[in-house]
Amino acid sequence: MTLQVEGLSVAFRTRAGIVRALDGVGFAVAAGETLALVGESGSGKSVTAYALLGLLGAAGQITAGSALLEGTDLVAATPRAMARIRGRRAAMIFQNPRAALNPIRQVGRQIADVLRRHAGLGRRAARDGAVEMLRGVGIPDPARRAGAYPFQLSGGMCQRVMIAVAVAAKPALLIADEPTTGLDVTTQALVMDLIAGLASSNGMATLLITHDLALAAERAQRIAVMHAGHVVEVAETRALIDRPRHPYTQRLLAATPRAVGSLDALHSISGNLPDLRRDDLPPCRYAGRCARAVASCASVLPWADLGGGHRVLCWNPL
Amino acid sequence: MIASFRHVVGENPVTGFAFALFSLLVLAALVGPSQAPFDPLASDTMASLRPPNGLHWFGTDQLGRDIFSRCLVAARLDLGIAAASVALVFLVGGFAGLAAGFYGGWIDMAVGRVADTVMAFPLFVLAMGIVAALGNTVPNIVLATAIINFPLYVRVARAETVVRREAGFVDAARISGHRDMSVLLRQVMPNILPLMAVQMSLTMGYAILNAAGLSFIGLGVRPPMPEWGIMVAEGAGFIVSGEWWVALFPGAVLMVAVFCFNLLGDGLRDVLDPRRRT
Amino acid sequence: MTIPLLDVAELSRRFPAGRRSWLSRAPGPQVHAVSDVTITLGRGEALGLVGESGCGKSTLARLLSRLLDPSEGSIRFDGRELSFVPARHFAADPARRRIQLVFQDAGESINPRFTAWDAIADPLRTLLGLRGEDLAASVAEAAALCGLPEALLGRFPHQLSGGQRARVGIARAVGPRPDLMILDEPTAALDVSVQVTILKLLAELRARLGMSYVFVSHDLNVVRLLCDRVAVMYLGRIVETGPAEAVFRDPRHPYTRALIAAAPALDGIRRPVPLLPAEPRSPVDLSPSLCAFHGRCPDGVERCLQERPVLRRMEEGWEAACHFAGSKHGALPQTLPG
Repeated sequence: MTLQVEGLSVAFRTRAGIVRALDGVGFAVAAGETLALVGESGSGKSVTAYALLGLLGAAGQITAGSALLEGTDLVAATPRAMARIRGRRAAMIFQNPRAALNPIRQVGRQIADVLRRHAGLGRRAARDGAVEMLRGVGIPDPARRAGAYPFQLSGGMCQRVMIAVAVAAKPALLIADEPTTGLDVTTQALVMDLIAGLASSNGMATLLITHDLALAAERAQRIAVMHAGHVVEVAETRALIDRPRHPYTQRLLAATPRAVGSLDALHSISGNLPDLRRDDLPPCRYAGRCARAVASCASVLPWADLGGGHRVLCWNPL
Repeated sequence: MIASFRHVVGENPVTGFAFALFSLLVLAALVGPSQAPFDPLASDTMASLRPPNGLHWFGTDQLGRDIFSRCLVAARLDLGIAAASVALVFLVGGFAGLAAGFYGGWIDMAVGRVADTVMAFPLFVLAMGIVAALGNTVPNIVLATAIINFPLYVRVARAETVVRREAGFVDAARISGHRDMSVLLRQVMPNILPLMAVQMSLTMGYAILNAAGLSFIGLGVRPPMPEWGIMVAEGAGFIVSGEWWVALFPGAVLMVAVFCFNLLGDGLRDVLDPRRRT
Repeated sequence: MTIPLLDVAELSRRFPAGRRSWLSRAPGPQVHAVSDVTITLGRGEALGLVGESGCGKSTLARLLSRLLDPSEGSIRFDGRELSFVPARHFAADPARRRIQLVFQDAGESINPRFTAWDAIADPLRTLLGLRGEDLAASVAEAAALCGLPEALLGRFPHQLSGGQRARVGIARAVGPRPDLMILDEPTAALDVSVQVTILKLLAELRARLGMSYVFVSHDLNVVRLLCDRVAVMYLGRIVETGPAEAVFRDPRHPYTRALIAAAPALDGIRRPVPLLPAEPRSPVDLSPSLCAFHGRCPDGVERCLQERPVLRRMEEGWEAACHFAGSKHGALPQTLPG
């Protein structure tokens, strides 16, 4: 396994109290595999990504758990070691590529910077490498575009540049945080194709963070569904879509518009996320909105292994 | 408003301190002249240049006038000049900036050029020139102080209006049947007022300094009228001979007043912003 | 034949691109945001407007909601020509009440100094002249229609959740009881579970109040759920329009096909349709004599560079602007007319 996350818990100190943003999150991603982390806003999927790369900021803290990247524990790593890991062994692309790129530096140079720092290339080799990378991410006329500034490129092009920066040092793990939100569907398809292509040619593990279950279904081999800081279900994509076992996954599927079926066939998810600042959060954070809740939901949740790598965090799975 | 005031003060004690100081200054301006322990103009040459003591808290000046009473009485004049000039420039500069930002085009050009023209002068020298040309009366000091602050108000109001002109809620207001003037006054302006209030508080400080500065160089209020700037000017000569209190206390009062308005600016923004209300 | 509620003919809007030199009298470069759009909308009908970002769908929504003046063309609303009323003066027009807009970002479209109640009350006050108890009753009614509990009405937008803000935005538009509601991606920023409730609310409001919708969205699956008809836009022009279900099942224009194929499907099976390469053409000074889709189109030939395809009738109420769009399935090359 390239990435093995176990029992990851994160808390944020805020003025209104301690927010238990993640609680015992666990999953694994193999080399060349894409795992989608799916959930609604507030589920903690982005927090997971930031925690893995040590980008939580001053208010957030990892309170428990481990995250092994090719044997190195990212949770225990010093900030210095993390800085070395980021970019070289684990890279991240963000939802807003324009904001993540340096606005006053030519995109070719931004890629060359990474190549020089992490791949140890010389100035000239890095510059040529950057043009090659731009060609690799499907940017037409890469030699000319290397001299462009981010504002001169469209959103889709910026995301490709961002991907080129991220994969420049051939990292073992790519975390893609909503990489195509805000892009058109046609551009989204191209960007996702690009990520998939790089993942398979470099043997890179990909953690795809998205709110879009359909995108996850199309692009990931396995899906982990998150709700209120818990991973509630992990399974092979087909198994999860065709036969969800956690009540929340089922409701999420029932709310996702499809290519067929009417509005009446869709159902919203009743209730709201529990307040994660509460001291007395129940063991199952979905129990309060769950139609299948039973008496045992008030006691510590077991991971039910349903075979074939299908695991669900529920007392009363479907 | 009261609740949010309490919330902000509770969160930031410095703001509370600034508000307390502000209240004290306003109180001094309101009741100072009637409550001063001594007549600020009555000279008593027998008691001239006394250092601070139990009777004369801030000591006395070369004519034996009580410096504490003079500082207290001067509050009304100094704050009055500052408040009047700030109110004037807020109305004129604020609306000019609002119109420039909202309508753009030639209004924007005209307002911008006027502001640029004012900015082209060293501001204090411009104020001196205006007062020297029009005569050094209190209304002219108010006018000069307002004019040199004009570009600042235009810029703040214009920049904030330009941002909000494009905001979704402005379109929403048009859809809701608001005409231009109504969008400007009822939708855009209330959103700009907090920033303008902060600006007013900050420029109150500058305005006080400016009025005192004009008086200091003899182009403002004339002696024997008590005014902080004149008092510092009159006392400056005595520092070398060891009578430090004549200049120090009016200067300290001036500093505290300016400091108070600067602190107040930040606190005011928090109180007036609905997003800070919880 | 009854008059359609909305009858838009050859509507265009151009924007100057960059500044024109003050030395030259020649017209500067122009962005053709909306070109020659012709649509009709019957009473109670819902039309979906789809396309990529920059295709002009939002500009068209602003033209139809009369926030923006067209460069050319006509907008007839209930038989009355509206394009002559400048957008600046439209706030005072009697039709203002009848055409309302729901914004994409509900949070941004509510004045941050307004509570939910103020926001809903605002159009009722200005457009209907309601005051006092009448106003309070109407606000309560609009809020109730949109499923907003009274307890939330005193809150400021930043104190509401995304779904609640969307409801406030809808309640504000519904309050004056418009005949035409233009919805500019009202669910784009919402989680799927909230999106479902908002879509159901919109469907229910339309059925109950008999409003017509123009629904702007980039999400075809969502448009299909809410709309009877759909118009697909590409670089300012409508390239295909027809019954929503039929267009999605059997798209005739290659762009529509690509758009539908690119949308991820929950069944996870990628359709083997060639993806659109590269980027769209620049909308600046777009040549009127070629097909704007040429270059990205899998079927493009020489003819597409010489002659811009016009909208041709495929079936009853179904048109596509492609030389190769057959009246039946598949891309059948057409012979040149004449």
